[in-house]
Amino acid sequence: MSEDFKDSKAIQAQSSETISSGAGSSSPDLDYVRPAEVGDQDLYHGHSFITKWVFCQDAKVIGVQYFCLATFTGIIGLILSWLMRLQLGYPEAAGFMTAEHYYQFVTMHGMIMVVYFLTALFLGGFGNYLIPLMVGARDMVFPYLNMVSFWMFFVAVGVLLASFFVPGGPTGSGWTLYPPQAILEGTPGSGMGIILMCVSLILFVAGFTMGGLNYLITVLQARTRGMTLMRMPLTVWGIFTATVLAMLAFPALLVGSLMMMLDKLLGTSFFMPTILKAGEVLEYGGGSPILFQHLFWFFGHPEVYIVALPAFGIISDLISVHSRKNIFGYRMMVWAIVIIGALSFFVWAHHMYVSGMNPWFGFFFATTTLIIAVPTAMKVYNWILTLWRGNIRMNTVMLWCLGFIVTFVNGGITGIFLGNVSVDVPLSDTYFVIAHFHMVMGIAPLMVIMGAVYHWFPLVTGKFLSEKLGKWHFWLTFLGAYSIYFPMHYLGFIGVPRRYFEMYDSPYMTSAVGMNEFISTAAFIVGAAQFILIYNIIKSLKIGKAAGKNPWQANSLEWLTPTVPPEHGNWGDRLPVVHRWAYDYSVPGAKEDFITQTTPPSEVTDSKVEKT
Amino acid sequence: MSDPKIEGYEFKPGFSGMAADTASDQTMFKGVHWGKAMMWIFLLSDTFIFSCFLISYMKGRGSTPVEWPNPSEVFGLHVFGVDVPLLLIAIMTFVLITSSGTMALAVKYGYEKNRKMCGWLILATAIGGLTFVGMQAFEWSKLIHEGVRPWENPFGAPQFGSFFFMITGFHGTHVSIGVIFLFIYAYKTFAGHYDEQKRGWFTSIRGDYVEIEILGLYWHFVDLVWVFIFAFFYLW
Repeated sequence: MSEDFKDSKAIQAQSSETISSGAGSSSPDLDYVRPAEVGDQDLYHGHSFITKWVFCQDAKVIGVQYFCLATFTGIIGLILSWLMRLQLGYPEAAGFMTAEHYYQFVTMHGMIMVVYFLTALFLGGFGNYLIPLMVGARDMVFPYLNMVSFWMFFVAVGVLLASFFVPGGPTGSGWTLYPPQAILEGTPGSGMGIILMCVSLILFVAGFTMGGLNYLITVLQARTRGMTLMRMPLTVWGIFTATVLAMLAFPALLVGSLMMMLDKLLGTSFFMPTILKAGEVLEYGGGSPILFQHLFWFFGHPEVYIVALPAFGIISDLISVHSRKNIFGYRMMVWAIVIIGALSFFVWAHHMYVSGMNPWFGFFFATTTLIIAVPTAMKVYNWILTLWRGNIRMNTVMLWCLGFIVTFVNGGITGIFLGNVSVDVPLSDTYFVIAHFHMVMGIAPLMVIMGAVYHWFPLVTGKFLSEKLGKWHFWLTFLGAYSIYFPMHYLGFIGVPRRYFEMYDSPYMTSAVGMNEFISTAAFIVGAAQFILIYNIIKSLKIGKAAGKNPWQANSLEWLTPTVPPEHGNWGDRLPVVHRWAYDYSVPGAKEDFITQTTPPSEVTDSKVEKT
Repeated sequence: MSDPKIEGYEFKPGFSGMAADTASDQTMFKGVHWGKAMMWIFLLSDTFIFSCFLISYMKGRGSTPVEWPNPSEVFGLHVFGVDVPLLLIAIMTFVLITSSGTMALAVKYGYEKNRKMCGWLILATAIGGLTFVGMQAFEWSKLIHEGVRPWENPFGAPQFGSFFFMITGFHGTHVSIGVIFLFIYAYKTFAGHYDEQKRGWFTSIRGDYVEIEILGLYWHFVDLVWVFIFAFFYLW
């Protein structure tokens, strides 16, 4: 195996010199960065197809693998949402669908989109690709573990999708999987379906833990020389904090899944109270269904921020680059991310107001929930202030950023409604809730993903995506998403309940019928519009405009690799040395409107750079 | 413990100095091996798993309407005509805590490059762990003999059996995984893989005695968790 390694001395970082030495810089003291603490990383270089592209230990390839698999499961989730909307809007055309099918589609759509699509895509996809590049590492710190992490995710997805083909089909208990109904006869998929769901979640958590340890230790212990915590791009901060949340929140999901599986398989009664069914007492008794809700939401609420924090981080970078301004209030942004992450562990019971609890608990959780609005609002103001008087490039990336801000504010405001107990109780389990969380953690993070894809596609492939197709994609998605979710707020106000297979002939909901048809039509169009992106990717890979090095004139390290796209080991034979934060755009007195993180101070003595 | 010496880096005094050290470039934990930092964070995550288990246990014990069995009777042993409460558990706990001691010594001898002593101590730790798992198997079979099952319990609340088998089983799995790794590491130590910096079979990372300390962290954690399980199940 040792022949697979380059002679590691040959790529040892030159520890006592900076990158500018030899360029005849005037004052070497100004550019001094202390030497490397640890030797260069010893990487395994695969040679065969299998070790290079399948069981690959390069974080960039793993990131792309995560991205593709998450997108694949996301498309399944999208198709499921089409089927749901077909039933809700045009039930006569959905004769093939029974109520059982509908519940199964609801459940799988929810679980796939939240866990297997958004989480895997942000942390597994963007995390793997961007963290090592952005902090100036050669790779993740444990490449082998990283590879296993992806294949564990692969197996988890396989088990999840296998549940479509077992007797009884996938579980239909809603993505929250509440017992006792999740494992009792009468709920679709209460046999094999729920078991496979629990197994898949446990595998996902195990796989994610391996990846998560990599992201955390790479950020904490493997940054390059000069890369202090407060010089890291906000993308890294967002992904890092989200990973911390995941490492602490997923245990609750793991325990909940395991206990539910034992309830189903061994007949324990962790979550099962005494139940009368058709006059007969079931074997179960003495358990607490509320316990599962606590475990689930102790995971479930941080999960919202596991998706949102990377989105916050990425959007900050995109806005800064494409409005050619430093991010407004960088330190405030960092602390806001950290505070939101910490607070997210103290709000979980706001999902359980209608489950019944001591009024003081409701008061406590409503208060903590509303407090989260403070750092979140700070972030929104800072994004807007970053745009203010910026030199804005109105390209596709910027459109997605603006779309994100609008949808996020929209979904955030409805969140303030729902965070209050007295407002939540009547709105709970209506379409208002659906509209709220799709806006805030569905559409908004999706907008960020799209923006990020258009932004980093030139880095990954060396080609630009088509701007024209991108604008079509954006406008169809943005206007379409509003057509879907805006009317849903109204549906919620008139009391249309969520998770209902059909609305029957309720006399007070006649206005819901036409609206449901409208929403469904919009959903079909928006769903179809996503295939524009896939077409765009395939087309641009073949005939896209070549991007070259650093096409957006960005500052952060990922654009400064010796080769584009970066190869295994990222940095050629010398690691980059960082002298500043990633946001020195449009600095007064500078020759260009960007100063990269590796530019030494001696080269920009005339410009008024901030000390970072 | 003294601060590690980092070339070209001066640790700063006071709280603000601590903040500056933490936020400095390259590493947050100066001089800490990647693998060691990873194990600490993994253990933090694992702590949350066991906390979830134990909190669920408290909630389950609180919400069941049936009376909880008396642990000193259920876990008692009848030896030489005398009923001794918690005898087996006392021995199990003693063995496991002792194995933590041998593990700590193994780490010390590892860093001193004393291959033989290190190997023997790892082996002793592994045997301690194996004894623990064996005694746990004995306890399980005794309870099963007496009719305790995950779904029922002749002594009282059925949740007792459910939580007992699940939590001790989960902990026992941790111990068993640890024992397997201890045997592997004992082999690798005796074979000199750490002295020669031989690459790992799967990870292809160069061998180093720090790996023994990393496994030691895991082992001490498993022991610590046992103390909590012991307190919650046997003393409450």
